[in-house]
Amino acid sequence: MVTTRASLDDVWAWLADVPDPEIPVISIVDLGIVRDVAWQGDTLQVTVTPTYSGCPATAVISMEIEAALRAKGIDQIALKTLIAPPWTTDWLSDAGRAKLEAYGIAPPRAAGGPARCPRCQAPEVELISQFGSTPCKAQWRCTSCLEPFDYFKCI
Amino acid sequence: MIEGLLRLGDNTLVLGQRLSAWCGHAPALEEDIALANIALDLIGQTQLWLGLAGQREGQGRDADRLAYHRDAWDFRNLLLVEQPNRDFGVTMMRQFLFDTWHLEVLKALTGHSDDDVSAIAQKAVKEVTYHRERSTDTIIALGDGTEESHNRMQSALDRLWPYVGEMFNPDDADLTDMAALRPVFDAHLLSTLDEATLTKPDSAFAHLGGKTGVRHTEHLGHMLATMQVLPRSYPDAKW
Repeated sequence: MVTTRASLDDVWAWLADVPDPEIPVISIVDLGIVRDVAWQGDTLQVTVTPTYSGCPATAVISMEIEAALRAKGIDQIALKTLIAPPWTTDWLSDAGRAKLEAYGIAPPRAAGGPARCPRCQAPEVELISQFGSTPCKAQWRCTSCLEPFDYFKCI
Repeated sequence: MIEGLLRLGDNTLVLGQRLSAWCGHAPALEEDIALANIALDLIGQTQLWLGLAGQREGQGRDADRLAYHRDAWDFRNLLLVEQPNRDFGVTMMRQFLFDTWHLEVLKALTGHSDDDVSAIAQKAVKEVTYHRERSTDTIIALGDGTEESHNRMQSALDRLWPYVGEMFNPDDADLTDMAALRPVFDAHLLSTLDEATLTKPDSAFAHLGGKTGVRHTEHLGHMLATMQVLPRSYPDAKW
């Protein structure tokens, strides 16, 4: 039987539909953790980098990538983990940043803190803790509307 | 090389296990979340360091095998990290002393000639930068806080001080020259203690024997007994 290899553009598009398990409004491609896809013979190699070294979502993401590609008829998949260069929030796409903010999570900024409250847009915000509900988030509070919110911290 | 990797991985494993005992017990929700997150980062780094140690050893031992199937005398962690949690002040002082050293070690290792060592250090240094920022802020807040919190932080520093010297006691198995990191450690330590209104103890006495494995404190064995009981009792258990 002759198998046709899916185009890499299609593969990227399929992966762009795989949600992050912790923050389902953004995809793993938006997050910038899919570093490469390449055919090696009849095997599709997908290279993924973890956000934080102990992030429990990493194992779930690998399973979801495999499931998504199998659903498209690819049955020979090799997942490769790459830790260097280390993941940085600079790899988060612009679309991803906008989706985070709309969801109520302030996107990362080089300045080290959110520009404004993702709920009421007021610029008056203060840090509660550099650690939050997942390794990638910090807890901030808006001093205008008084709501606490998550900030996707810069690394 | 393997000995140096075990030292790094055992430090993060033992401290990660210690910190995880705070989950559900910290004095405030934010502290609870922060300690659990830091424990998670340290356990993640353990998987990388011990994974590489097992790979280089080439005898089929993976990170789990090394973590769960070695005894106290095989561990190469610093005596500092195996010290019990005691109160929140002791836990945070231990963390501050470790983070201040750990960050400098990782910065040095980012330039290591071995690509795998450098890659793990580049990953970990980003996480540990946040760890040190937090423990530094906490030491200052509690040291320069109430009379009660100040006294507790000073007594925590006095209690843990004899375990600082081992971090800088150099030998050939370390992956970087630890003695060379002392000046930059001291600079951050002294400026933080100054702001925290705490006093550095005068003594230069150092307990040794953790990173060489020659003589751990009694606390490590008790901790390992709890940590290892499940995989030792049920060697094929999966979770």
